[in-house]
Amino acid sequence: MLEIGLSHYLTLAAILFTLGVLGIFLNRKNVIIILMSIELMLLAVNVNLVSFSVFLGDLTGQVFTLLILTVAAAEAAIGLAILVIYFRNRGSIEVDDISMMKG
Amino acid sequence: MLYQDALRLLPELFLAGSIIVLLMYGVFSGDSKTRSVVILSFATIVAAAVLVWRMPGGEGVAFAEQFQSDTFTRYAKILVLIGAGSCMIMSMRYIERANMARFEFPILFLFATLGMMMMISANDLMSLYMGLELQSLALYVVAAFRRDTLRSTEAGLKYFVLGALSSGMLLYGISLVYGFVGTTGFDQLNQVIAGLRGEGQPLPVGLVIGLVFVAAGLAFKVSAVPFHMWTPDVYEGAPTIVTAFFATAPKIAALALFVRVMSEPFAALTDQWQQILVFVALASMILGAFAALSQSNIKRLMAYSSIGHVGYALVGLAAGTQTGVEAVLVYMAIYLIMNIGTFACILCMRREGRMVEAISDLAGLSKSQPMMALALCIFMFSMAGIPPLLGFWGKWYVFAAALDAGLTWLVIIGVLASVVGAFYYIRIIKIMYFDEAAEPFDKDTGAETGFVIGLSAIAVVGLFVFLAPLENAAKLAASAVFGG
Repeated sequence: MLEIGLSHYLTLAAILFTLGVLGIFLNRKNVIIILMSIELMLLAVNVNLVSFSVFLGDLTGQVFTLLILTVAAAEAAIGLAILVIYFRNRGSIEVDDISMMKG
Repeated sequence: MLYQDALRLLPELFLAGSIIVLLMYGVFSGDSKTRSVVILSFATIVAAAVLVWRMPGGEGVAFAEQFQSDTFTRYAKILVLIGAGSCMIMSMRYIERANMARFEFPILFLFATLGMMMMISANDLMSLYMGLELQSLALYVVAAFRRDTLRSTEAGLKYFVLGALSSGMLLYGISLVYGFVGTTGFDQLNQVIAGLRGEGQPLPVGLVIGLVFVAAGLAFKVSAVPFHMWTPDVYEGAPTIVTAFFATAPKIAALALFVRVMSEPFAALTDQWQQILVFVALASMILGAFAALSQSNIKRLMAYSSIGHVGYALVGLAAGTQTGVEAVLVYMAIYLIMNIGTFACILCMRREGRMVEAISDLAGLSKSQPMMALALCIFMFSMAGIPPLLGFWGKWYVFAAALDAGLTWLVIIGVLASVVGAFYYIRIIKIMYFDEAAEPFDKDTGAETGFVIGLSAIAVVGLFVFLAPLENAAKLAASAVFGG
């Protein structure tokens, strides 16, 4: 019988976090996917904090998680709002189109 | 107990209360009252600066050690408030001319300032994160504030995506540090890590990885190479007053935070982060010098210039000593004065009511507006580091501290980079004084901007006489970080 320990949770969080970072950098299609990747990164951090909190027997990590959830909601709201005004001006949200300024 | 805690937090509480009142005032009286909201916001910043200066609660921690107030936080907060106040007063006419006079603008500036003050005063990784996000979320919005233009919204979008990425990296680092040390408080982190090192135990790998992630997240916020890619685009695309704000207050706050986090909770890991900082400082100085050479847009040029300046400031932090931190603090003050002045000049670059941003537009400025040309000339010489102007002394302090710490080759490369950097600063002076005159700029810039230009020019020329008090203030502030 496989015992699920701290290292499993940490590996899961590390994989999720890497997926989030890769999603931001490798994605060439759509800015919405970037927003989803950002959420994925923050949730990976939450998995980390909650599992540490449980294994250390210390509540700080869970309090921190609640704060991160709130901030992540605010961040997503602002990100979507900026995306909407960007779409109004550009008419597209493809990542390759966000290239007016370069150099 | 609660009273004492609230007293220590008084400047922030006052600022937060005023923001809510001003927001209500703005909502109920509409955009026609934007000018009075700006003036009241400026008054709020001045009052907050007085409160910070008086430190009504004295030194110490507050609210379950989430928050601290000492001479270091006072020094950094005063600098931030000077930056925010100057940008606020200059924004008064700018936002009317740029057709973005909505009352939310000063409110968002104030929210960002509040976030900066919170993160400077953070004494726990949790309050650090909350302060940082309060600042960032407000800044994402102001970057995209001209919502009818593509450039501004693109700047906002880029800033948002990369800012959120950096927050994610910082948080991942924080979670690892928490897991492997078992606490998020700065003082406990310091004690536990020092204990680990004292017993000669091998460091947990997770802690070192966490430290690297935290350093990377903070390097993003100060826009140090290799995490600088957002800076030129955001500086170019954002409205000029917002660029001026980005280049001053948030940068000072992020640098102060960087200094605090590296030399307080992670003081026992100096040998670990020193290598990261040496690399980051070196790369920033070199990239700041070379990438700016080919720029034709003045805001983009200032972005690379600020990357270079962050590199010089981080040389002081890379020294890892108390003198190093002192040098960073002096450098921050000098950087602030030079940048406020330069951006006040850039804000005056208007023709027939439209902002112009090309460096070639400055041609012949010495004939049409000799005083502004002279001021800009002073700022450029100072940024290039020509003695006896202020910019020279900033570099002097950081390089002296790095030499003391034995980082000789870093200093040599830094001096070489500043020679390369001098080229593009002096090119601006050449264009202003010796090129064929272009059309003159509009003259109706408003008294505040002229006042800010004049004051910072005088400070840049004359302040080296008063360098001793500045150095003493920085010494006092640095001793708060190292005194424990």
